[in-house]
Amino acid sequence: MTRCDADGQGESHKMTNLMKLSGMSALGASLMAGLPAWAQEATAETVEAVTETVAEVVPVMDKGDVSFMMIATVLVLFMTVPGLALFYGGLVRTKNMLSVLMQVTMVASMIMIMWVVFGYSVTFGGSTSPFWGGTSKLFLSGVTADSMAATFSAGYVIPEYLFIAFQMTFAAITPALIIGAFAERIKFSAVMLFSALWVTFAYFPIAHMVWDANGYLFVRGAIDFAGGTVVHINAGIAALVGCIVIGKRVGYGKENMAPHSMVMTMIGASMLWVGWFGFNVGSNLEANGGATLAMINTFVATAAAVMAWSIAETLLRGKASMLGAASGMVAGLVAITPACGTVGPMGAIALGAIASLGCYFFVTVIKIKAGYDDSLDVFGIHGIGGIIGAIGTGIFSAASLGGVKGDDYSIWGQSLIQIEGVVITIVWSAVVAFVAFKLVDMIVGLRVTPDEEREGLDQTAHGEAAYHG
Amino acid sequence: MAGLCHIGKGTVVKLIIAAIKPFKLEEVREALTAIGVRGMMVTEIKGFGSQSGHTEIYRGAEYAVNFVPKVRLEIVVQDSLAEPVVETIAATAKTGKIGDGKIFVLDVSHAVRVRTGEINDDAL
Repeated sequence: MTRCDADGQGESHKMTNLMKLSGMSALGASLMAGLPAWAQEATAETVEAVTETVAEVVPVMDKGDVSFMMIATVLVLFMTVPGLALFYGGLVRTKNMLSVLMQVTMVASMIMIMWVVFGYSVTFGGSTSPFWGGTSKLFLSGVTADSMAATFSAGYVIPEYLFIAFQMTFAAITPALIIGAFAERIKFSAVMLFSALWVTFAYFPIAHMVWDANGYLFVRGAIDFAGGTVVHINAGIAALVGCIVIGKRVGYGKENMAPHSMVMTMIGASMLWVGWFGFNVGSNLEANGGATLAMINTFVATAAAVMAWSIAETLLRGKASMLGAASGMVAGLVAITPACGTVGPMGAIALGAIASLGCYFFVTVIKIKAGYDDSLDVFGIHGIGGIIGAIGTGIFSAASLGGVKGDDYSIWGQSLIQIEGVVITIVWSAVVAFVAFKLVDMIVGLRVTPDEEREGLDQTAHGEAAYHG
Repeated sequence: MAGLCHIGKGTVVKLIIAAIKPFKLEEVREALTAIGVRGMMVTEIKGFGSQSGHTEIYRGAEYAVNFVPKVRLEIVVQDSLAEPVVETIAATAKTGKIGDGKIFVLDVSHAVRVRTGEINDDAL
């Protein structure tokens, strides 16, 4: 991937680097050009420079792109509520159903507010730092309905409010993914406080590093089209740290902790699949051919992952389970997320199937042997699926394997960069998560009492029951 | 209650309790209706006998399910119908596999129809 400022478009560094730029080497920095709306804070000299650029490429806001991105944005919300909430909710016991629905809903809502107050600024605020976006857009300062953000095509823009909203949904779902690891035993206040800390010190910086044009990993050339590293590895690692720090559920390994509603889980997983088209296809920022590549990949990688998990179960234990199919579905979606913009459909099938088998092996063998209690397998599916997807992106993006990366593409070289991104994310997220959990433990305490845990969090934390009659 | 003095004076009434496989319920109901049973109580229950549960696997986690779902029938009939009811249930609910269930027959000291106050045979 070329560096964003390396192709001679001198004015690009004066622009706010607003976009989700991953996986777009062929486009390079030219997409930064021609965005007059950003000139409002700039010097007269800058305005001149921008005006010159405008003379060459008139920025276009295409109503088709805007419509597409608004739908993509609400589809990502749909992944979170109700999709993720129901997927997780069905997997817990009846007495904890509402606690999971509440945690997902409340975390996502809190982060939406945090995003517009400071999250957007520190992620995409235009600073040239490799690690954060600065403070220039706190409270969305300076953004109006006329502000525009770049897309991947030179001269094509979308409204900045739309870009802010789209990115907001990504920030909102990521900590909501984590709560599955310590479901059924964590204090509600601890979930909220941890999510606020983690999203601030892990999600925002890593999103900046991967997606902002000045971000450390973006400049290194890491490909993360829709957030396999930023969202799934990031959340998966924090989840693993969380369930180890918080400890096992009372009765883990002895009592029956079977999911209370596989129906809810199937409904939620299916909503995730549907919503994921907003996540993956919307990450293209424009309704064009590239978006359709992400779309077909999001279909077939997921289908292959569902098939792979179910076939593995059939061969190894004699029966294909609904939970297996739903788990394969999510594993495939996670794995294709970083890759969907740069691999071909056949590579997507291979990547989905490989990730599914990797996750299956992890949650049925390694997790059991390791003995930690990741209630809903957040690490086993999002973490492991994300890691396989991130590295697989380096492999299957090659033209020789059906991807879009041409002659000068080195599978080995790119895979090393992908691995670097994975390792940095693992270390960063794990350290932030560990410190955040310890802080939360000191301030409000992490766990409910054993009695409250036995009675169930619905009654003890929320004073309600999920089902009556 | 005016009718209380009649309690115990009617024909002998029997209570038949049967635990059967849930999917056999409809078949058993039809067969019992055909021999003249005019009512029954049905409850979804869990329990174990010689079938003693099974294992469910969720991802890597295996759970022993020790109590198996069954349906409990409670049928109150006059003495003469008790034997045919037991035979009908035994024949209809039978699959020949472990876990088909059990049937118990008890004496009922008296029965009352709430709407009319009729007792014993007349209450059925």
